[in-house]
Amino acid sequence: MALMAVVTDPAHVALEREVIVEREAPDDEILLMDWLNALIYEMSANQLIFGSFDVLLGDHHLQGRARGEKVDVERHEPAVEVKGATFTALSVAQNSNRDWVAQCVVDV
Amino acid sequence: MDTNSLQRVSAEEWRIEPRGKMRVPAVIYATEELIRQMDEKVREQIVNVATLPGIEKAAYAMPDAHWGYGFPIGGVAAFDAARGGVVSAGGVGFDISCGVRTLLTGLTAEDVEPVKRSLADSLYRHIPAGVGSRGLLELTDSELDEMLSDGARWAVSRGYGTEADLSRTEEKGQMSGAIPDVVSGFAKNRQRREMGTLGSGNHYLEVQRVTEVFEVSAAEAFGIRCNDIVVSIHCGSRGLGHQIGTEFLREMAVEAKNYGIDLPDRELACAPIESPLGEKYLGAMRAAINCAFANRQIITHLVRQAFAPVIPKAALTVLYDVSHNTCKVEEHQVDGHMKRLFVHRKGATRAFGPNHPGVPETLRSIGQPVLIGGTMGTASYILVGTSESENHSFSSSCHGAGRQMSRAQATKRWRGRELMDELAERGILIRSPSPRGVAEEAPGAYKDVNAVVEASEKSGLSRRVAKLEPLICIKG
Repeated sequence: MALMAVVTDPAHVALEREVIVEREAPDDEILLMDWLNALIYEMSANQLIFGSFDVLLGDHHLQGRARGEKVDVERHEPAVEVKGATFTALSVAQNSNRDWVAQCVVDV
Repeated sequence: MDTNSLQRVSAEEWRIEPRGKMRVPAVIYATEELIRQMDEKVREQIVNVATLPGIEKAAYAMPDAHWGYGFPIGGVAAFDAARGGVVSAGGVGFDISCGVRTLLTGLTAEDVEPVKRSLADSLYRHIPAGVGSRGLLELTDSELDEMLSDGARWAVSRGYGTEADLSRTEEKGQMSGAIPDVVSGFAKNRQRREMGTLGSGNHYLEVQRVTEVFEVSAAEAFGIRCNDIVVSIHCGSRGLGHQIGTEFLREMAVEAKNYGIDLPDRELACAPIESPLGEKYLGAMRAAINCAFANRQIITHLVRQAFAPVIPKAALTVLYDVSHNTCKVEEHQVDGHMKRLFVHRKGATRAFGPNHPGVPETLRSIGQPVLIGGTMGTASYILVGTSESENHSFSSSCHGAGRQMSRAQATKRWRGRELMDELAERGILIRSPSPRGVAEEAPGAYKDVNAVVEASEKSGLSRRVAKLEPLICIKG
């Protein structure tokens, strides 16, 4: 959701289409990067933006569903294209409240 | 950045001697004021670069250096393959071969001012900009491969420009050694409908007026006089380059340990030049360089189409086209010996001095034009490479102002539409599909480009030839 907020307000994205993503990676951090990069690819190649996500995590394995629509420049006023997810500040860990936090800096 | 952590060599040169795992010193070229504006991360990152295998002489940071991914933006580092040197996807960046092309128009401000609004509208209609914009072409698989092999030459062969355009493009518009077969289907799909598009973020097309000439002889050789109008195009290899950067950053980070490389930061992801992965990346990266050349060539064609109905007499010849996110094989002097090195420039511009064979023949006696991008409301510059920069920074100079404020901070401080109105009052017309994008790129979000180019000149990296100020900006 934070990735989409870089581009537009996710609350204004209609949930008309869905994309299914399945990835495996050597660790959870790279898995997060792979998930974000899969969404960035869909945004770039197929002009999609998303407003809702469901993710199922296994042992370094991810199954995800992203729902959204084709970008409408006038309605969504997209600010920037995202080029890719980076390793900067990349982390998937539990904080002191035992909540899981996934973070990543994306290049725009 | 705290200057106490650096050894001051001169007013514009700062040094960190090798310590720990550093193989060479780190050198930063900047005034004390610019150093103080730099994030501490720049020091940390340039020190990390100095630890990489096969690095030669020093890891350098240009006066516009700022926090990047792995390498700082404004970073220069050269590696010797024979000494186990590496090629780094992080050292080139996501926007492979992002660069600037400047066109001479043969017009003066008086030719443009009466029709400025019509010209801005015509450029905005002709040149796809912003998120979701598509080019006029949709390339087949074989056309994509031809474009990735032949670069701007491919575009010219399709009628998007002339042979003269190629003679004023770095590498004559065609990077050798590209291997389209190692470019993934995902990267090709991202590019299929993006040829001839500007993109978003800090990319732009500007119509600019020459407001000051610093070095008359160089300006004359470049064909520039005060009050002339030029057009500058700032963009890169679009989705294809971004995807190649993404894929190789991951693969190099995962594979580094198998090559015995101890990465201080995963963003420095790299592979030995003489390894299957290193060679594969070089082939893909060079294909992306060709994509960027072709992209700027097609945009040049669109600029000509946009000018034609408004100012038919506009000449629109290419002054020069140079990239600032690349890894190039070049010969440089190291300890009195000529060496073949893989020079990474990330947010740094190649700046060959006079008589270098890499400079177009018609400009060779003067030196290479170094094109420095500004922002919507501030100046851009045309500099010229110096002979001294060979010793200072493997013939490299700065590339722009560099951000001093995050995008989030900028959108809190400015509103896009108000900013466009303010700039219009100053005579600068902005055309953009995204007011938020304009706010994020507000001129105040960037460092003072004047200070950056002055520091580059005082450091001997390049010399100022002309200052340009925007009249029209097409922003993605």
